[in-house]
Amino acid sequence: MNHPVRNASFKPPTRLEDYLVGTAFPSGHLVEINAAWRSERPAIDSERCTNCLICWLLCPDGVIRKTGDGRLEIDYDYCKGCGICARECRFDVIRMEKEGL
Amino acid sequence: MSSGSKTFISGNEAIAAGVRLVRPHVIAAYPITPQTTVIERLAEMVADGTLSAEYLHVESEHSALSACIGGSAVGARTFTASSSQGLLYMVECMHYASGGRFPVVMMNANRSVALPWNIYGDQRDSLSLLDSGWIQVYAEDAQESLDLVIQAYAVAEHPDVLTPVMVNLDGFVLTHTYELVNVPDQVDVDDFLPPFQTTNKMDPDRPMSLGFTAGPQHNQAFKQLQHLAMLSAERVIRETEERFGQLFGRNYPGLVDAFLCEDAEYVIVTLGSVAGTVRPVVERLRAMGERVGLLRIRYMRPFPEHEIRAALAGVKSVGVLEKDISFGYEGTVFTNVNSALTRTGAKAPRLLNFIGGLGGKDISVTDIEALFARLQASDEGETVTFV
Repeated sequence: MNHPVRNASFKPPTRLEDYLVGTAFPSGHLVEINAAWRSERPAIDSERCTNCLICWLLCPDGVIRKTGDGRLEIDYDYCKGCGICARECRFDVIRMEKEGL
Repeated sequence: MSSGSKTFISGNEAIAAGVRLVRPHVIAAYPITPQTTVIERLAEMVADGTLSAEYLHVESEHSALSACIGGSAVGARTFTASSSQGLLYMVECMHYASGGRFPVVMMNANRSVALPWNIYGDQRDSLSLLDSGWIQVYAEDAQESLDLVIQAYAVAEHPDVLTPVMVNLDGFVLTHTYELVNVPDQVDVDDFLPPFQTTNKMDPDRPMSLGFTAGPQHNQAFKQLQHLAMLSAERVIRETEERFGQLFGRNYPGLVDAFLCEDAEYVIVTLGSVAGTVRPVVERLRAMGERVGLLRIRYMRPFPEHEIRAALAGVKSVGVLEKDISFGYEGTVFTNVNSALTRTGAKAPRLLNFIGGLGGKDISVTDIEALFARLQASDEGETVTFV
């Protein structure tokens, strides 16, 4: 699946004259991280993961990605830490870990 | 110079004639008295093939303006019209249009706001929306209405402005009064107003998203840019009127219309069609040697503070006559004029606020004469009085 990813090279405007006129802008990239309210982060134990993809299907933010080599990875730029993946995992291989402060 | 053709039409029909000449792609509107005949005439034009536009029958004013925003977002030239309760139902979308920098043009038939329910003219509908980010202009007669709707597109679509425009006509007094109006030739309007071009649009060849959010870090910058664009509109309005005058032979005086103000000691400031009642009173008093004048504010946003200060320099007493009241304080036009005259610290004239015409209450020649008499009297009295 083709996920939108953060455009790391995007420089937010710092001067008024650099802002766009109106609100139409080029499509296909995200310019800001949106993860600040996460208090716990999911961690997938890749050794034990069976790649059943139930978490991939159920993640409400679509931040679980297939890497192509049979593993799954989480885009922590946009994961909100809701824990649905950990709750739904049938093999109990996703653990919620406390975020460092 | 353009010759055009003389036609006997109402203010509303003048608006419809002007809208046909700007070749809009999309017209979306919901009928409301006293705006209805504008969109009836436009519907007839589309039906008889003399206007090629997408005419959208919508279920509400909220949808009408939403449809215009959608049209504008793909680069279409759009028109809507409303009045009073209908205008107020559009308000949420008005902020979307101005914030998105979509140059929609709207005609508003100024009408009182319920309750008590009333279909007649005052200006409380539009004046309560000065903060919505729309350019606001008030016409005095049918010819000016037609010319303003053509000029409105040139101003709204200017790359330095990209801000929607509301053209206001006093309900019934202006919308339904028939006058001899010069309707310009299509070829000249095409010359004056080329097709709308903007980069702020969705386009399959250049995919764009409509970004609806800007967080606390960036939101204010967009608002500041809106303010700067609105200020730029002052210059663009003057340039547009100059170009219009050269092409069509009808010259407009900028954001205010000063009538016999140069050496005046007593001036009535007002907007809209009531200026047509004040004018002959000023002429008659002048003939009797009284130094009186009329300052008609044409544009309420952007607000012509410099022009107002210049026109009223040296005046002893100013009376702001308006069809509006901000309950608990004073008329909003008065608040704006008072601010323009006092903010520099220079000695300001005595300022009085006359509230009249609410719900269509007639403002007569005799009333105007009494207002000038009040300005000339040295009584202190209340600042805000009802006519």
